[in-house]
Amino acid sequence: MCHDGTVSAASPVEVEPTTTPDEITLPAVPWVTIVWNDPVNLMSYVTYVFQKYFGYARKKAEKLMMEVHEDGKSVVSTGSREEMERDVQAMHEYGLWATLERSE
Amino acid sequence: MSGGFARHRRSGRVIANFTGFEADLLRSLASQLVELLRNEAAVPRDDVDPFEAMMDFSGPTSEPEDPVLARLFPTAYPGDDESAAEFRRFTEGSLRDGKAAAACTLIDSLEEAGLPPELTEEGLMIDVELDEPTAETWLRSFTDVRLALATRLGVEEGDEDVWHALPDDDPRAQAHDIYEWVGYLQETLVDALSA
Repeated sequence: MCHDGTVSAASPVEVEPTTTPDEITLPAVPWVTIVWNDPVNLMSYVTYVFQKYFGYARKKAEKLMMEVHEDGKSVVSTGSREEMERDVQAMHEYGLWATLERSE
Repeated sequence: MSGGFARHRRSGRVIANFTGFEADLLRSLASQLVELLRNEAAVPRDDVDPFEAMMDFSGPTSEPEDPVLARLFPTAYPGDDESAAEFRRFTEGSLRDGKAAAACTLIDSLEEAGLPPELTEEGLMIDVELDEPTAETWLRSFTDVRLALATRLGVEEGDEDVWHALPDDDPRAQAHDIYEWVGYLQETLVDALSA
């Protein structure tokens, strides 16, 4: 089943930024990546992913994981819309439930 | 029963011993995931211009109908259908390929370690020895398998007692045992990789 076709490895996809003139002239509005709690992912795994993907120290990764666990969600990264789309895609690769939105 | 994963001190590789039955079960779970990921057709959007929709076959734009796939590929922009569709069009295909490839890596590792195509021999033991990138691929695939099982079972936060109260011969209890077993393996794998 695994070898009856070509298996392409996941590769990051270039996402065309959808910029409108307003967004070009205004200072860039930061976006955030939010990870949501789910009943499946292990606390140790979520911490591991935050350390591994974002390069966060163990303490920070654990703090964010606890926020996800106890508050239901946590902002795990901030940046441009394109950067946050990359982070959300990476979280989905790891099986975490992530979304992005404009920072309030 | 397998004692889970450990890091081999000298080589740094991640090792685990499985019974033939356990290895066969892991292969079967990974195979089901590959089939699900490859088989459900990307659903075309029906709320756009028909011609435009027909000419746009670059990727799916609507949430998959299967609840497992919907969980594996969640909507990235909850309040913004258009951005959500665009994001999905650009990412779901490669995410699907990546998850299927990861499950295939798991199957390959087991077969390279001696798991035969059909398990017949009794008392067979499968010793896997993974380098770090392969171990991390297993880790991600365990997540996908657990998300799939949990979605099918309807696992919720703090519902362990409900599952443990089911009679042993209830198929849901058996499926939940497997879900917990993969969780146990994943926990030991996180530990081994963090060591």
